[in-house]
Amino acid sequence: MTKTFQGRVVTPGTVTAEALVSHGGFNTLASYQMALMFGDKQVKCGDQNNADLYKKPMIGKALCLPETIGSTTGGMVLYTACAMGKQPACMLFSKPIDSLAASGAILAANWTDAKMPVVDSLGEEFLAYVKDGMKLTVGENGLVTAES
Amino acid sequence: MILTKEQQALLDGEKGATMAKIVKTLVMYGEAFGAERMVPVTSRYGHTVISFGIGVMKPVYELYDELLRAGAKSKQPFSADPRPLDKNVPSSFLQNVVFKFMYSQQEHYEEQLRQLGLMGEDAYTCACYLPEAGNVPQRGEVLSWAESSAVVYANSVLGARCNRNSGIIELMGSIAGFVPEFGLLTDDGRRADWVVEVRTSKLPDAQLLGSAVGMKVLEKVPFVRGLDKWLGKELDGRACAYLKDFGAACASNGSVGLYHIEGMTPEAADMGDALIRDSAPVYVVDDAELERVKSSYPCIWKDLDAKPKLCFMGCPHMTLDQLKDWTVRVETALREAGNKQVLIPTVFTSAPGVIREFEKTEYAARLKATGVILSYICPLMYMNNPLSKKMPVITSSNKLRTYTSARFYSDDEILAKITKEGK
Repeated sequence: MTKTFQGRVVTPGTVTAEALVSHGGFNTLASYQMALMFGDKQVKCGDQNNADLYKKPMIGKALCLPETIGSTTGGMVLYTACAMGKQPACMLFSKPIDSLAASGAILAANWTDAKMPVVDSLGEEFLAYVKDGMKLTVGENGLVTAES
Repeated sequence: MILTKEQQALLDGEKGATMAKIVKTLVMYGEAFGAERMVPVTSRYGHTVISFGIGVMKPVYELYDELLRAGAKSKQPFSADPRPLDKNVPSSFLQNVVFKFMYSQQEHYEEQLRQLGLMGEDAYTCACYLPEAGNVPQRGEVLSWAESSAVVYANSVLGARCNRNSGIIELMGSIAGFVPEFGLLTDDGRRADWVVEVRTSKLPDAQLLGSAVGMKVLEKVPFVRGLDKWLGKELDGRACAYLKDFGAACASNGSVGLYHIEGMTPEAADMGDALIRDSAPVYVVDDAELERVKSSYPCIWKDLDAKPKLCFMGCPHMTLDQLKDWTVRVETALREAGNKQVLIPTVFTSAPGVIREFEKTEYAARLKATGVILSYICPLMYMNNPLSKKMPVITSSNKLRTYTSARFYSDDEILAKITKEGK
Protein backbone atom coordinates (compact mmCIF):
# COMPACT_ATOMS: atom_id res chain seq x y z
CA MET A 1 0.00 0.00 0.00
CA THR A 2 1.35 3.44 -0.86
CA LYS A 3 0.36 6.90 0.29
CA THR A 4 1.71 10.22 -0.93
CA PHE A 5 2.30 13.53 0.78
CA GLN A 6 3.07 16.81 -0.96
CA GLY A 7 5.57 19.12 0.68
CA ARG A 8 7.76 22.05 -0.26
CA VAL A 9 11.34 21.55 -1.46
CA VAL A 10 13.89 23.30 0.75
CA THR A 11 16.96 21.66 -0.81
CA PRO A 12 16.34 19.52 -3.87
CA GLY A 13 17.12 15.88 -4.62
CA THR A 14 15.60 12.43 -4.83
CA VAL A 15 16.19 9.47 -2.57
CA THR A 16 14.61 6.30 -1.19
CA ALA A 17 15.31 5.36 2.42
CA GLU A 18 13.86 3.81 5.56
CA ALA A 19 11.91 6.13 7.82
CA LEU A 20 13.10 7.09 11.28
CA VAL A 21 10.42 9.07 13.07
CA SER A 22 10.64 11.67 15.82
CA HIS A 23 7.23 12.87 16.95
CA GLY A 24 8.69 15.58 19.18
CA GLY A 25 11.09 18.37 18.25
CA PHE A 26 14.48 17.06 17.11
CA ASN A 27 17.31 18.56 19.14
CA THR A 28 20.15 18.54 16.61
CA LEU A 29 23.02 19.24 19.00
CA ALA A 30 21.85 16.77 21.64
CA SER A 31 21.19 14.13 18.97
CA TYR A 32 24.50 14.40 17.11
CA GLN A 33 27.17 15.67 19.46
CA MET A 34 28.41 12.40 20.96
CA ALA A 35 28.14 10.44 17.70
CA LEU A 36 30.15 13.00 15.77
CA MET A 37 32.66 13.58 18.50
CA PHE A 38 33.53 9.95 18.94
CA GLY A 39 33.19 8.69 15.41
CA ASP A 40 30.10 6.52 15.86
CA LYS A 41 29.72 4.99 12.41
CA GLN A 42 26.00 4.37 12.91
CA VAL A 43 25.51 7.92 14.21
CA LYS A 44 23.20 6.82 17.01
CA CYS A 45 20.98 9.50 18.45
CA GLY A 46 22.39 10.79 21.76
CA ASP A 47 19.39 12.80 22.96
CA GLN A 48 18.09 11.13 26.11
CA ASN A 49 15.07 13.44 26.02
CA ASN A 50 13.88 12.03 22.70
CA ALA A 51 12.27 8.69 23.52
CA ASP A 52 11.52 8.01 19.83
CA LEU A 53 15.12 8.22 18.67
CA TYR A 54 17.47 7.76 21.62
CA LYS A 55 20.25 5.31 20.73
CA LYS A 56 18.80 4.57 17.28
CA PRO A 57 21.12 4.86 14.23
CA MET A 58 20.36 7.94 12.14
CA ILE A 59 22.81 7.69 9.26
CA GLY A 60 21.17 7.08 5.89
CA LYS A 61 17.65 7.21 7.31
CA ALA A 62 14.74 9.28 6.10
CA LEU A 63 14.48 11.42 9.20
CA CYS A 64 10.84 12.41 9.74
CA LEU A 65 10.22 15.14 12.27
CA PRO A 66 8.04 18.13 13.09
CA GLU A 67 10.91 20.62 13.48
CA THR A 68 14.29 20.95 15.13
CA ILE A 69 14.74 22.56 18.54
CA GLY A 70 17.48 23.65 20.91
CA SER A 71 20.92 25.18 20.52
CA THR A 72 21.78 27.49 17.66
CA THR A 73 24.76 25.28 16.97
CA GLY A 74 22.12 23.04 15.34
CA GLY A 75 22.72 24.21 11.78
CA MET A 76 26.48 23.99 12.20
CA VAL A 77 26.16 20.47 13.58
CA LEU A 78 24.01 19.42 10.62
CA TYR A 79 26.49 21.02 8.21
CA THR A 80 29.33 19.11 9.90
CA ALA A 81 27.44 15.83 9.72
CA CYS A 82 26.93 16.41 5.97
CA ALA A 83 30.57 17.39 5.41
CA MET A 84 31.61 14.15 7.12
CA GLY A 85 29.14 12.02 5.14
CA LYS A 86 27.17 11.19 8.29
CA GLN A 87 23.91 12.87 7.41
CA PRO A 88 20.45 11.31 7.16
CA ALA A 89 19.38 10.33 3.63
CA CYS A 90 16.85 13.14 3.76
CA MET A 91 14.96 15.28 6.26
CA LEU A 92 11.19 15.40 6.04
CA PHE A 93 9.41 18.01 8.15
CA SER A 94 5.71 17.96 8.90
CA LYS A 95 5.82 21.70 9.77
CA PRO A 96 7.40 24.59 7.89
CA ILE A 97 11.14 24.31 8.45
CA ASP A 98 12.76 26.17 11.35
CA SER A 99 15.70 28.54 10.97
CA LEU A 100 18.32 26.18 12.39
CA ALA A 101 17.46 23.19 10.24
CA ALA A 102 17.20 25.45 7.20
CA SER A 103 20.64 26.87 7.96
CA GLY A 104 22.18 23.42 8.21
CA ALA A 105 20.54 22.18 5.02
CA ILE A 106 21.46 25.31 3.04
CA LEU A 107 25.04 25.39 4.35
CA ALA A 108 25.40 21.73 3.36
CA ALA A 109 23.94 22.36 -0.08
CA ASN A 110 26.28 25.28 -0.79
CA TRP A 111 29.49 24.34 1.00
CA THR A 112 29.69 20.51 0.88
CA ASP A 113 29.26 17.77 -1.71
CA ALA A 114 26.64 15.99 0.39
CA LYS A 115 23.25 15.20 -1.07
CA MET A 116 20.48 15.51 1.50
CA PRO A 117 17.08 16.43 0.09
CA VAL A 118 14.99 18.42 2.55
CA VAL A 119 11.22 18.77 2.26
CA ASP A 120 9.01 20.65 4.71
CA SER A 121 5.30 21.38 5.27
CA LEU A 122 4.27 17.75 4.77
CA GLY A 123 1.48 18.14 7.32
CA GLU A 124 0.52 16.54 10.60
CA GLU A 125 -1.02 13.58 8.80
CA PHE A 126 2.39 12.70 7.40
CA LEU A 127 3.97 12.43 10.83
CA ALA A 128 0.99 10.47 12.14
CA TYR A 129 1.20 8.03 9.22
CA VAL A 130 4.90 7.22 8.89
CA LYS A 131 6.47 4.56 11.08
CA ASP A 132 10.07 3.52 11.68
CA GLY A 133 11.29 1.24 8.88
CA MET A 134 8.67 2.32 6.34
CA LYS A 135 10.12 2.83 2.83
CA LEU A 136 9.94 6.50 1.80
CA THR A 137 10.75 7.93 -1.61
CA VAL A 138 11.36 11.65 -2.09
CA GLY A 139 10.70 13.08 -5.56
CA GLU A 140 12.23 16.24 -7.09
CA ASN A 141 8.98 18.14 -6.64
CA GLY A 142 8.65 17.52 -2.90
CA LEU A 143 6.29 14.57 -3.29
CA VAL A 144 6.97 11.93 -0.64
CA THR A 145 5.70 8.39 -1.25
CA ALA A 146 5.36 6.06 1.72
CA GLU A 147 5.18 2.28 1.20
CA SER A 148 4.00 0.13 4.05
CA MET B 1 13.89 38.12 -3.06
CA ILE B 2 14.68 41.57 -4.38
CA LEU B 3 18.32 42.55 -3.88
CA THR B 4 19.85 46.00 -4.09
CA LYS B 5 22.31 46.62 -6.91
CA GLU B 6 25.20 46.22 -4.48
CA GLN B 7 23.85 42.96 -3.09
CA GLN B 8 23.20 41.62 -6.59
CA ALA B 9 26.75 42.53 -7.60
CA LEU B 10 28.10 40.56 -4.66
CA LEU B 11 25.94 37.61 -5.65
CA ASP B 12 27.24 37.91 -9.21
CA GLY B 13 30.82 37.62 -7.99
CA GLU B 14 32.01 41.22 -7.96
CA LYS B 15 34.01 40.49 -4.81
CA GLY B 16 34.97 36.93 -5.64
CA ALA B 17 33.49 33.47 -5.62
CA THR B 18 33.54 33.02 -1.85
CA MET B 19 31.65 36.25 -1.19
CA ALA B 20 29.17 35.25 -3.90
CA LYS B 21 28.64 31.92 -2.13
CA ILE B 22 28.10 33.70 1.21
CA VAL B 23 25.41 35.89 -0.34
CA LYS B 24 23.85 32.90 -2.12
CA THR B 25 23.65 31.11 1.23
CA LEU B 26 21.95 34.13 2.83
CA VAL B 27 19.54 34.46 -0.11
CA MET B 28 18.55 30.78 0.10
CA TYR B 29 18.18 31.14 3.88
CA GLY B 30 15.82 34.08 3.39
CA GLU B 31 13.87 32.44 0.59
CA ALA B 32 13.15 29.43 2.80
CA PHE B 33 11.16 31.85 4.97
CA GLY B 34 9.64 34.04 2.28
CA ALA B 35 11.95 37.01 2.92
CA GLU B 36 11.55 39.69 0.27
CA ARG B 37 14.67 41.71 0.99
CA MET B 38 17.87 41.96 2.96
CA VAL B 39 18.20 44.48 5.80
CA PRO B 40 21.44 45.93 7.16
CA VAL B 41 22.89 44.62 10.41
CA THR B 42 22.77 47.72 12.62
CA SER B 43 24.20 46.57 15.94
CA ARG B 44 27.70 47.63 16.93
CA TYR B 45 28.76 44.08 17.75
CA GLY B 46 28.02 40.55 16.62
CA HIS B 47 28.04 37.30 18.57
CA THR B 48 29.00 33.81 17.48
CA VAL B 49 27.94 30.59 19.14
CA ILE B 50 31.02 28.68 18.01
CA SER B 51 33.79 29.12 20.58
CA PHE B 52 35.29 25.66 20.65
CA GLY B 53 38.12 24.17 18.67
CA ILE B 54 36.82 20.65 18.77
CA GLY B 55 38.80 18.29 16.56
CA VAL B 56 35.79 16.62 15.00
CA MET B 57 34.37 19.93 13.73
CA LYS B 58 37.21 20.16 11.23
CA PRO B 59 34.82 20.96 8.35
CA VAL B 60 33.84 24.19 10.16
CA TYR B 61 37.44 25.33 10.56
CA GLU B 62 38.20 24.43 6.94
CA LEU B 63 35.24 26.54 5.86
CA TYR B 64 36.53 29.44 8.00
CA ASP B 65 39.98 29.03 6.42
CA GLU B 66 38.29 29.36 3.05
CA LEU B 67 36.55 32.56 4.21
CA LEU B 68 39.81 34.00 5.52
CA ARG B 69 41.73 33.12 2.36
CA ALA B 70 39.12 35.13 0.47
CA GLY B 71 39.76 38.12 2.77
CA ALA B 72 36.44 37.86 4.62
CA LYS B 73 36.06 39.74 7.89
CA SER B 74 33.05 40.52 10.05
CA LYS B 75 31.77 44.07 9.59
CA GLN B 76 31.12 44.25 13.33
CA PRO B 77 33.60 43.09 15.98
CA PHE B 78 31.97 40.17 17.75
CA SER B 79 31.93 38.23 21.00
CA ALA B 80 31.89 34.43 21.17
CA ASP B 81 30.52 31.76 23.48
CA PRO B 82 32.66 30.68 26.46
CA ARG B 83 35.94 28.88 26.14
CA PRO B 84 35.73 25.13 26.75
CA LEU B 85 38.63 24.73 29.18
CA ASP B 86 39.76 26.24 32.46
CA LYS B 87 42.41 24.61 34.63
CA ASN B 88 40.64 25.92 37.76
CA VAL B 89 37.74 23.54 37.19
CA PRO B 90 38.41 20.16 38.83
CA SER B 91 39.30 17.39 36.39
CA SER B 92 41.28 14.17 36.57
CA PHE B 93 44.49 13.35 34.73
CA LEU B 94 42.57 11.15 32.31
CA GLN B 95 39.90 13.80 31.74
CA ASN B 96 42.65 16.27 30.89
CA VAL B 97 44.15 13.85 28.36
CA VAL B 98 40.74 13.55 26.68
CA PHE B 99 40.21 17.32 26.80
CA LYS B 100 43.52 17.83 25.05
CA PHE B 101 42.47 15.42 22.33
CA MET B 102 38.93 16.82 22.05
CA TYR B 103 39.86 20.48 21.84
CA SER B 104 42.95 20.00 19.69
CA GLN B 105 41.83 22.81 17.34
CA GLN B 106 41.28 25.42 20.08
CA GLU B 107 44.39 27.48 19.45
CA HIS B 108 43.93 27.40 15.68
CA TYR B 109 40.26 28.31 15.99
CA GLU B 110 40.87 31.23 18.35
CA GLU B 111 43.37 32.61 15.84
CA GLN B 112 40.69 32.31 13.16
CA LEU B 113 38.28 34.25 15.39
CA ARG B 114 40.86 37.02 15.93
CA GLN B 115 41.32 37.35 12.18
CA LEU B 116 37.57 37.35 11.57
CA GLY B 117 37.04 40.21 14.04
CA LEU B 118 36.75 38.98 17.66
CA MET B 119 36.16 41.90 20.11
CA GLY B 120 39.04 40.92 22.40
CA GLU B 121 40.61 38.14 24.42
CA ASP B 122 37.93 38.44 27.14
CA ALA B 123 35.04 38.33 24.68
CA TYR B 124 34.21 34.69 25.43
CA THR B 125 30.80 34.40 27.15
CA CYS B 126 27.31 33.23 26.28
CA ALA B 127 25.96 36.23 28.24
CA CYS B 128 27.62 38.84 26.03
CA TYR B 129 24.66 41.18 26.64
CA LEU B 130 25.63 41.79 30.27
CA PRO B 131 26.93 45.34 30.74
CA GLU B 132 30.28 44.08 32.05
CA ALA B 133 30.71 41.96 28.91
CA GLY B 134 30.28 45.01 26.71
CA ASN B 135 27.99 43.78 23.93
CA VAL B 136 24.60 45.29 24.79
CA PRO B 137 22.43 45.90 21.72
CA GLN B 138 19.88 48.70 21.68
CA ARG B 139 16.16 48.32 21.14
CA GLY B 140 15.25 47.96 17.46
CA GLU B 141 18.77 47.16 16.28
CA VAL B 142 19.10 44.32 13.78
CA LEU B 143 21.56 41.62 14.86
CA SER B 144 23.27 38.72 13.17
CA TRP B 145 23.84 36.64 16.29
CA ALA B 146 23.70 32.97 17.18
CA GLU B 147 23.52 31.44 20.70
CA SER B 148 20.00 30.55 21.66
CA SER B 149 20.12 32.06 25.15
CA ALA B 150 21.68 35.32 23.92
CA VAL B 151 19.28 35.70 20.99
CA VAL B 152 16.19 35.20 23.16
CA TYR B 153 17.52 37.69 25.74
CA ALA B 154 18.42 40.32 23.14
CA ASN B 155 15.01 40.00 21.49
CA SER B 156 12.90 39.82 24.61
CA VAL B 157 14.59 41.88 27.33
CA LEU B 158 16.48 44.39 25.17
CA GLY B 159 14.02 44.64 22.28
CA ALA B 160 16.65 44.09 19.60
CA ARG B 161 15.74 42.09 16.49
CA CYS B 162 17.43 38.83 15.66
CA ASN B 163 16.35 35.50 14.24
CA ARG B 164 17.49 32.24 15.77
CA ASN B 165 20.40 32.00 13.39
CA SER B 166 22.65 29.03 13.35
CA GLY B 167 26.38 29.06 13.93
CA ILE B 168 28.21 29.87 10.64
CA ILE B 169 25.14 31.63 9.18
CA GLU B 170 25.47 34.35 11.84
CA LEU B 171 29.06 34.98 10.79
CA MET B 172 28.08 35.09 7.13
CA GLY B 173 25.47 37.75 7.94
CA SER B 174 28.11 39.74 9.81
CA ILE B 175 30.57 39.45 6.93
CA ALA B 176 27.99 40.52 4.35
CA GLY B 177 26.62 43.22 6.66
CA PHE B 178 23.03 42.28 5.88
CA VAL B 179 20.55 39.54 6.76
CA PRO B 180 17.27 38.36 5.25
CA GLU B 181 14.21 40.04 6.74
CA PHE B 182 11.81 37.47 8.12
CA GLY B 183 10.43 36.08 11.37
CA LEU B 184 11.59 37.94 14.45
CA LEU B 185 12.90 40.83 12.36
CA THR B 186 9.35 41.79 11.41
CA ASP B 187 6.58 43.37 13.50
CA ASP B 188 4.20 40.54 12.66
CA GLY B 189 6.75 37.85 13.56
CA ARG B 190 7.10 39.39 17.00
CA ARG B 191 3.41 39.09 17.93
CA ALA B 192 2.51 36.54 20.59
CA ASP B 193 1.11 33.16 19.49
CA TRP B 194 0.48 31.88 23.02
CA VAL B 195 -0.65 33.32 26.33
CA VAL B 196 0.98 31.78 29.41
CA GLU B 197 -0.89 32.33 32.68
CA VAL B 198 1.37 31.83 35.70
CA ARG B 199 -0.76 30.78 38.67
CA THR B 200 1.83 29.36 41.05
CA SER B 201 1.88 29.85 44.82
CA LYS B 202 5.31 31.55 44.75
CA LEU B 203 7.77 32.89 42.20
CA PRO B 204 8.37 29.86 39.99
CA ASP B 205 11.91 28.63 39.47
CA ALA B 206 12.97 30.46 36.29
CA GLN B 207 14.60 27.37 34.84
CA LEU B 208 11.50 25.24 35.41
CA LEU B 209 9.03 27.80 34.12
CA GLY B 210 11.17 28.35 31.03
CA SER B 211 11.38 24.63 30.42
CA ALA B 212 7.60 24.19 30.73
CA VAL B 213 6.93 27.09 28.37
CA GLY B 214 9.57 25.97 25.84
CA MET B 215 8.20 22.43 25.72
CA LYS B 216 4.67 23.74 25.23
CA VAL B 217 5.11 26.50 22.65
CA LEU B 218 8.26 25.20 20.87
CA GLU B 219 9.22 27.91 18.33
CA LYS B 220 6.23 30.18 18.97
CA VAL B 221 6.20 33.50 20.81
CA PRO B 222 4.64 33.37 24.30
CA PHE B 223 3.13 36.31 26.22
CA VAL B 224 3.53 35.59 29.92
CA ARG B 225 1.11 36.96 32.52
CA GLY B 226 1.37 36.77 36.28
CA LEU B 227 5.08 37.24 36.97
CA ASP B 228 4.74 40.89 37.97
CA LYS B 229 3.23 39.72 41.26
CA TRP B 230 6.73 38.70 42.34
CA LEU B 231 9.06 40.51 39.98
CA GLY B 232 7.31 43.86 39.71
CA LYS B 233 7.41 45.83 36.47
CA GLU B 234 11.01 47.05 36.53
CA LEU B 235 13.73 45.38 34.50
CA ASP B 236 16.15 45.60 37.41
CA GLY B 237 19.10 43.30 38.08
CA ARG B 238 16.99 40.65 39.77
CA ALA B 239 14.39 40.60 37.01
CA CYS B 240 17.00 40.54 34.24
CA ALA B 241 18.81 37.61 35.87
CA TYR B 242 15.50 35.77 36.23
CA LEU B 243 14.58 36.40 32.59
CA LYS B 244 18.07 35.34 31.43
CA ASP B 245 17.56 31.91 33.02
CA PHE B 246 13.91 31.68 31.98
CA GLY B 247 14.81 32.46 28.37
CA ALA B 248 17.68 30.02 28.19
CA ALA B 249 15.39 27.22 29.35
CA CYS B 250 12.67 28.27 26.85
CA ALA B 251 15.21 28.27 24.05
CA SER B 252 16.87 24.95 24.85
CA ASN B 253 13.82 22.94 25.94
CA GLY B 254 11.90 24.36 22.99
CA SER B 255 13.12 26.82 20.39
CA VAL B 256 11.72 30.09 21.65
CA GLY B 257 13.48 33.12 20.17
CA LEU B 258 11.31 35.80 21.75
CA TYR B 259 8.96 36.06 24.71
CA HIS B 260 6.99 38.95 26.16
CA ILE B 261 6.43 39.47 29.88
CA GLU B 262 3.31 41.47 30.65
CA GLY B 263 4.09 45.00 31.76
CA MET B 264 7.81 44.38 31.88
CA THR B 265 9.65 43.61 28.64
CA PRO B 266 9.85 46.57 26.22
CA GLU B 267 7.26 45.59 23.63
CA ALA B 268 4.82 44.19 26.20
CA ALA B 269 5.14 47.36 28.27
CA ASP B 270 4.41 49.52 25.22
CA MET B 271 1.76 47.50 23.43
CA GLY B 272 0.19 45.27 26.09
CA ASP B 273 -2.47 42.85 24.85
CA ALA B 274 -2.32 44.30 21.33
CA LEU B 275 0.75 42.10 20.85
CA ILE B 276 -1.33 38.93 21.23
CA ARG B 277 -2.81 37.24 18.17
CA ASP B 278 -6.57 36.79 18.25
CA SER B 279 -6.41 33.02 18.19
CA ALA B 280 -3.67 32.63 20.81
CA PRO B 281 -4.31 29.58 23.02
CA VAL B 282 -3.74 29.80 26.79
CA TYR B 283 -1.31 27.63 28.75
CA VAL B 284 -1.87 27.68 32.51
CA VAL B 285 1.18 26.99 34.66
CA ASP B 286 0.53 26.14 38.30
CA ASP B 287 2.54 24.30 40.95
CA ALA B 288 1.28 20.91 39.74
CA GLU B 289 2.26 21.63 36.15
CA LEU B 290 5.78 22.60 37.18
CA GLU B 291 6.07 19.45 39.25
CA ARG B 292 4.84 17.38 36.29
CA VAL B 293 7.46 18.95 34.02
CA LYS B 294 10.26 18.47 36.54
CA SER B 295 9.40 14.83 37.15
CA SER B 296 9.43 14.18 33.39
CA TYR B 297 13.17 14.87 33.11
CA PRO B 298 15.11 11.70 32.42
CA CYS B 299 18.30 11.05 34.38
CA ILE B 300 20.87 8.87 32.63
CA TRP B 301 23.17 8.29 35.60
CA LYS B 302 23.92 4.59 35.97
CA ASP B 303 23.54 4.85 39.74
CA LEU B 304 20.69 7.20 40.58
CA ASP B 305 21.86 7.32 44.22
CA ALA B 306 25.44 8.27 43.34
CA LYS B 307 27.03 11.04 45.39
CA PRO B 308 27.50 14.09 43.15
CA LYS B 309 31.11 14.77 42.30
CA LEU B 310 30.60 18.22 40.85
CA CYS B 311 28.02 20.97 40.74
CA PHE B 312 27.79 23.55 37.95
CA MET B 313 25.89 26.82 38.33
CA GLY B 314 25.83 29.42 35.60
CA CYS B 315 24.62 28.11 32.27
CA PRO B 316 24.08 30.74 30.91
CA HIS B 317 26.83 32.65 32.70
CA MET B 318 25.81 34.30 35.98
CA THR B 319 25.26 38.02 36.32
CA LEU B 320 27.15 40.17 38.83
CA ASP B 321 24.03 40.34 41.00
CA GLN B 322 23.64 36.56 40.87
CA LEU B 323 27.24 36.05 41.98
CA LYS B 324 26.73 38.39 44.93
CA ASP B 325 23.35 36.89 45.80
CA TRP B 326 24.65 33.34 45.64
CA THR B 327 27.67 34.24 47.76
CA VAL B 328 25.31 35.30 50.52
CA ARG B 329 23.03 32.30 50.04
CA VAL B 330 25.91 29.83 50.23
CA GLU B 331 27.46 31.57 53.25
CA THR B 332 24.14 31.63 55.10
CA ALA B 333 23.28 28.02 54.33
CA LEU B 334 26.75 26.83 55.36
CA ARG B 335 26.48 28.72 58.64
CA GLU B 336 23.06 27.23 59.36
CA ALA B 337 24.37 23.74 58.63
CA GLY B 338 27.50 24.25 60.74
CA ASN B 339 29.78 23.79 57.74
CA LYS B 340 32.62 26.01 56.56
CA GLN B 341 32.95 24.98 52.94
CA VAL B 342 30.74 23.41 50.30
CA LEU B 343 30.41 19.64 50.57
CA ILE B 344 30.35 19.04 46.80
CA PRO B 345 32.96 20.64 44.52
CA THR B 346 31.00 23.55 43.07
CA VAL B 347 31.77 25.78 40.10
CA PHE B 348 30.04 29.09 39.41
CA THR B 349 30.55 30.26 35.85
CA SER B 350 30.41 33.79 34.56
CA ALA B 351 31.74 36.11 31.86
CA PRO B 352 35.37 37.23 32.12
CA GLY B 353 34.22 40.86 32.35
CA VAL B 354 31.76 40.04 35.14
CA ILE B 355 34.39 38.03 37.03
CA ARG B 356 36.78 40.98 36.78
CA GLU B 357 34.15 43.28 38.34
CA PHE B 358 33.21 40.70 40.96
CA GLU B 359 36.85 40.36 41.99
CA LYS B 360 36.80 44.07 42.88
CA THR B 361 34.05 43.54 45.44
CA GLU B 362 34.20 42.19 48.99
CA TYR B 363 32.09 39.23 47.85
CA ALA B 364 34.98 37.65 45.93
CA ALA B 365 36.96 36.72 49.03
CA ARG B 366 33.78 35.61 50.77
CA LEU B 367 32.83 33.29 47.91
CA LYS B 368 36.35 31.89 47.79
CA ALA B 369 36.14 31.15 51.52
CA THR B 370 33.10 28.93 50.90
CA GLY B 371 35.18 26.76 48.57
CA VAL B 372 33.16 27.63 45.47
CA ILE B 373 35.30 27.91 42.34
CA LEU B 374 34.67 30.79 39.94
CA SER B 375 35.33 30.12 36.26
CA TYR B 376 34.71 31.49 32.77
CA ILE B 377 34.29 27.97 31.35
CA CYS B 378 31.37 26.62 29.32
CA PRO B 379 30.02 23.79 31.52
CA LEU B 380 28.50 22.16 28.46
CA MET B 381 31.91 21.85 26.84
CA TYR B 382 33.27 20.32 30.04
CA MET B 383 30.45 17.80 30.09
CA ASN B 384 31.05 16.79 26.47
CA ASN B 385 34.09 14.85 27.65
CA PRO B 386 32.90 11.20 27.86
CA LEU B 387 34.63 10.86 31.21
CA SER B 388 32.68 13.87 32.49
CA LYS B 389 29.52 12.29 31.11
CA LYS B 390 30.06 9.34 33.43
CA MET B 391 30.45 11.61 36.45
CA PRO B 392 27.44 12.36 38.64
CA VAL B 393 27.21 16.12 38.05
CA ILE B 394 24.35 18.25 39.31
CA THR B 395 23.06 21.61 38.09
CA SER B 396 20.11 23.95 38.25
CA SER B 397 20.55 24.79 34.58
CA ASN B 398 17.91 23.34 32.35
CA LYS B 399 20.09 23.98 29.32
CA LEU B 400 22.96 21.97 30.78
CA ARG B 401 20.53 19.19 31.75
CA THR B 402 19.15 19.06 28.23
CA TYR B 403 22.47 18.62 26.46
CA THR B 404 24.44 16.54 28.95
CA SER B 405 24.16 13.88 31.64
CA ALA B 406 24.01 16.55 34.37
CA ARG B 407 21.07 16.03 36.74
CA PHE B 408 18.65 18.86 37.35
CA TYR B 409 17.70 20.21 40.75
CA SER B 410 16.03 23.49 41.61
CA ASP B 411 18.14 26.31 43.02
CA ASP B 412 16.91 25.57 46.56
CA GLU B 413 17.68 21.87 46.21
CA ILE B 414 21.15 22.62 44.86
CA LEU B 415 21.83 24.95 47.77
CA ALA B 416 20.83 22.26 50.27
CA LYS B 417 22.95 19.63 48.53
CA ILE B 418 26.15 21.67 48.36
CA THR B 419 25.90 23.16 51.86
CA LYS B 420 24.09 20.61 54.04
CA GLU B 421 23.52 17.22 52.49
CA GLY B 422 26.63 16.59 50.41
CA LYS B 423 24.76 14.00 48.38
